[in-house]
Amino acid sequence: MSTPRVFIPRDAAALSVGADAVASAVRAEAEARDLAVEIVRTGSRGLLWLEPLLEVEGPDGTRYAFGPMTPEAVPELFEAGVPAPDTAHPLALGPTEAIPYLADQHRVTFSRCGIIDPLSVADYRAHGGFAGLDRALTMTAEEICAAVTDSGLRGRGGAGFPAGRKWDTVRTAPGETKYIACNADEGDSGTFADRMLMEGDPFLLIEGITIAGLATGATEGFIYMRSEYPHAITTMRDAVALAEAEGWLGDGIHGTDRRFHLHVRVGAGAYICGEETAMLESLEGRRGQVRAKPPLPALEGLFGKPTVVNNVLTLAAVPDILAFGPDVYATFGVGRSRGTQPFQLAGNVRRGGLVEVPFGISLHDLVYRFGGGTASGRPVKAVQAGGPLGAYLPEHLFHLPKDYEAFAAVGAMVGHGGLVVFDDTVDMAAQTRFALEFCAIESCGKCTPCRIGSQRGVEVIDRIVAGEDRDANLALLDDLCTVLADGSLCAMGGLTPQPVRSALRHFPEDFDRPPHTGTARQAAE
Amino acid sequence: MAERSPWAEDRARAIVDDHRAMPGALLPLLHALQEEFGCIDEPAVPLLADALNLSRAEVHGVVTFYQDFRRTRPGRHVVKVCRAEACQAVGAESLLDHVKRTLAVSEGETTPDGAFTLEAVYCLGNCALGPAVMIDDTLHGRVGPARFDALAKTHRAEDPA
Ligand SMILES: Cc1cc2nc3c(=O)[nH]c(=O)nc-3n(C[C@H](O)[C@H](O)[C@H](O)COP(=O)(O)O)c2cc1C
Ligand code: SF4
Ligand code: FES
Repeated sequence: MSTPRVFIPRDAAALSVGADAVASAVRAEAEARDLAVEIVRTGSRGLLWLEPLLEVEGPDGTRYAFGPMTPEAVPELFEAGVPAPDTAHPLALGPTEAIPYLADQHRVTFSRCGIIDPLSVADYRAHGGFAGLDRALTMTAEEICAAVTDSGLRGRGGAGFPAGRKWDTVRTAPGETKYIACNADEGDSGTFADRMLMEGDPFLLIEGITIAGLATGATEGFIYMRSEYPHAITTMRDAVALAEAEGWLGDGIHGTDRRFHLHVRVGAGAYICGEETAMLESLEGRRGQVRAKPPLPALEGLFGKPTVVNNVLTLAAVPDILAFGPDVYATFGVGRSRGTQPFQLAGNVRRGGLVEVPFGISLHDLVYRFGGGTASGRPVKAVQAGGPLGAYLPEHLFHLPKDYEAFAAVGAMVGHGGLVVFDDTVDMAAQTRFALEFCAIESCGKCTPCRIGSQRGVEVIDRIVAGEDRDANLALLDDLCTVLADGSLCAMGGLTPQPVRSALRHFPEDFDRPPHTGTARQAAE
Repeated sequence: MAERSPWAEDRARAIVDDHRAMPGALLPLLHALQEEFGCIDEPAVPLLADALNLSRAEVHGVVTFYQDFRRTRPGRHVVKVCRAEACQAVGAESLLDHVKRTLAVSEGETTPDGAFTLEAVYCLGNCALGPAVMIDDTLHGRVGPARFDALAKTHRAEDPA
């Protein structure tokens, strides 16, 4: 009989709730029984409420899930002598792929995440990895750009700009030296898909970035990662070294005469460095201050050279587009939102995790069918969609399909696909205050409305909540929002009015509480 | 916990020489110096300015722009408590209050015994398993007050007396 295999994630979220202790317990139990058991450390399947999720491989290769695992629950796994899938273990969840949360998804970008050993090129290859790059190596730069354009792929970092168009601009820009700059700053609260991908399937990102190089004539790339992700940084650096050692990066990619060099760089705790031009400033070794556009980074980007700036998920979508053809990718989605989007369910939600589905799914489906409502069991009051600059949406807008245009029509955005769920104890005036405080803290300081206006906004909210001159102060807050929206160089100041105005519009009662009556949260406690 | 050596000019020079040739070397250099010394010491500023052909004001401007770079040595452990929205939705604010009360420090301060420096951060990428806390480079999920106290106790116990 072959050595039984057990899979346990090494993803930071899984580790944060004890995956290493579970792995040690499996090792100890196997040793105590003098049994050979192979423990494969994978990325996360994204069923985060079940972490640490342990999987046992059945005789036909099917994996059976157990979770959330504890070290104490490990010995029982060995009841039948070896880790057995068909046990009556109290934490048994059956075949992993049959768990509705996973079965109801359409995994494209995350198809390997949680399945393979993230740092094995052989495992990556065995699961279809580098097929897109191999294909790209047979195509002209123009053909690659055309394929990406035809797929309808839009930027996953927030603004939804067509990726193929951006690549083509860089491809046709004059100059010998061009760069690819991958935006892995993932600063939005409620998002972790970039992190999961970099920890669970880093070669996919390397493959996508390398294809971007072939498509534009760039031979050097940078991944700008936030410093809050030390675990992902280590994995990504190891993956780059392995790809170099095995001939997938460097001079002579996969036996051809093409070359591409990739470097991992680390930010230093500034949210604004997720904005593309601030990120370029930071990569150049300066303060992360936003640059005026034009010039577009595609024409004058990193060190003044034509530069593709794309989010992790945008670049990671590319290998499959090339491997299976742009038409296949474009069959998913609705309207001008093509393909799949890895949504992230976060905050006060019963089943938090990663949900990759085609665009067009409703917020209701995401929050209830996948998410199962709140973790607290109380009613959902609001969902903040698209990060700290995204709108707070009430239940009556949950029918909205996830689609760039449909969201824009109600003053909201898909952004990086994060959804933060709040129950009815949330105080929307406090959330509004936080949005303005966050803007004041994270402002790069270039525009007065963003730097000073946000601080003023915090004071105005405090007066509203204290019941001082409520009407006049509400009007003042609205004026401040207009100044922010109109007078800001970038979306940091420009979109802070989204959470503020949506909260005021949809939850006016939270701004009209007699002073000192406390919040619903206090009442609930 | 990282070893944190006191400032040493020759060690700093060696680090600078290792990195100065890379394009956009200032951030990687600052990270490397902070990794070695625990903070960006005052003499690092002229050293960097000199090596990278920048003014002291420029280097100083970069050091102060980024949250990560400290001007003083932190405690033996750095505790980062997430106070962004997804963690707020599951009680991050009350966790932060608890941490401040039990460690008797505010954000940015170090406990008198030198064990912990507290920092508030905005998202650690663990938003489905909040409240999230990072101690040194290790992420912790679903950290309620009791779990925080247990973590703090373990870290104190590990330290040399
Ligand atoms: C304040 C601010 C923060 C941003 N943060 C990020 C981020 O963390 N990651 C990201 O990919 N894009 C972020 N963006 C969007 C980028 O500016 C840019 O649009 C994106 O990286 C382009 O890549 P894409 O076309 O693949 O989305 C941010 C924008 C703003 C205004
Ligand atoms: S809006 Fe704010 S963050 Fe953006 S450029 Fe202006 S000051 Fe900087
Ligand atoms: S909001 Fe706390 S980890 Fe993301």
